[in-house]
Amino acid sequence: MKTLEELMALRDAAKAKMTVREDSSEITRIVVGMATCGIAAGARPVLNKFSEEIEKRNLTNVTVTQTGCIGMCQYEPIAEVMVPGKEKVTYVKLTEEKVARIIADHIVNGIPVAEYTVGEVTK
Amino acid sequence: MRELSLNVLDIAQNSVAANAALCEIEVIESTRNKELFIGIYDNGKGMTEEQVKSVKDPFFTTRTTRKVGMGIPLFKMAAEMTGGSFDIESEVGVGTKVKAIFKTDHLDFTPLGDMCSSIVLLITMNTHMDFLYRYKIDEKEFTLDTRQLKEILGDVPLNEPSIANWIKDYINQNTKQLTEV
Repeated sequence: MKTLEELMALRDAAKAKMTVREDSSEITRIVVGMATCGIAAGARPVLNKFSEEIEKRNLTNVTVTQTGCIGMCQYEPIAEVMVPGKEKVTYVKLTEEKVARIIADHIVNGIPVAEYTVGEVTK
Repeated sequence: MRELSLNVLDIAQNSVAANAALCEIEVIESTRNKELFIGIYDNGKGMTEEQVKSVKDPFFTTRTTRKVGMGIPLFKMAAEMTGGSFDIESEVGVGTKVKAIFKTDHLDFTPLGDMCSSIVLLITMNTHMDFLYRYKIDEKEFTLDTRQLKEILGDVPLNEPSIANWIKDYINQNTKQLTEV
């Protein structure tokens, strides 16, 4: 059973691990649309999958955040990936499987998954 | 929406947008009365009487304000579809209260679904504000207050992966216990 005592132990472990965050100009940002349209289309498991993969791979220079309606409701769930120094990539109609591939190909190996981008899907 | 927990996530996003410092989420199930009550209360910027009227009407609202849309109408519909009820109160500068009652034995009742997932997402994505989650089934109750967690954590953030995982397991285990007889 999870207890608050356990939380204290986790806090101490996290504190010991906490180093100076990497320079913010080096941070890759992933933003998931979490308005009504996104949530109804399945943005919750998509966002959770991003967080899960980032944690699993210990990607300390990647953050995932939420935003409102991006304005293309019919293509939700949508996520924008912003790698420093690169152009923003917008992925549409996301699923947990697509997220796993985006993390592996784009975030880890630096090659955007062209077939999931808004440009390809809306063609 | 396939789960009511998604509606809750959606409605609570309004509290985030309203700059609330605290958002309370209450889920109360009475197996005897076959009723599920969901309440979402915040101390955000609130709405005028006219805005409150308009958020219930999807056609009116989508044309006037971009900020409010289908969230409230969908939640209201999900409740009324089951023979339940919906209520929204708000006061500018004080906050907003959204309440819905669902008849759980009605054919059109949408299952609550993964509440834990919605709560964890709200907490970890909005660490600047606080959430109070109360889940009650008949006489048994579970409460999670991020203010209490923050007191323990100090400057370790709620979205630190190991902490976020703990919150998830903590909610899951405790709420599962409530459903076991």
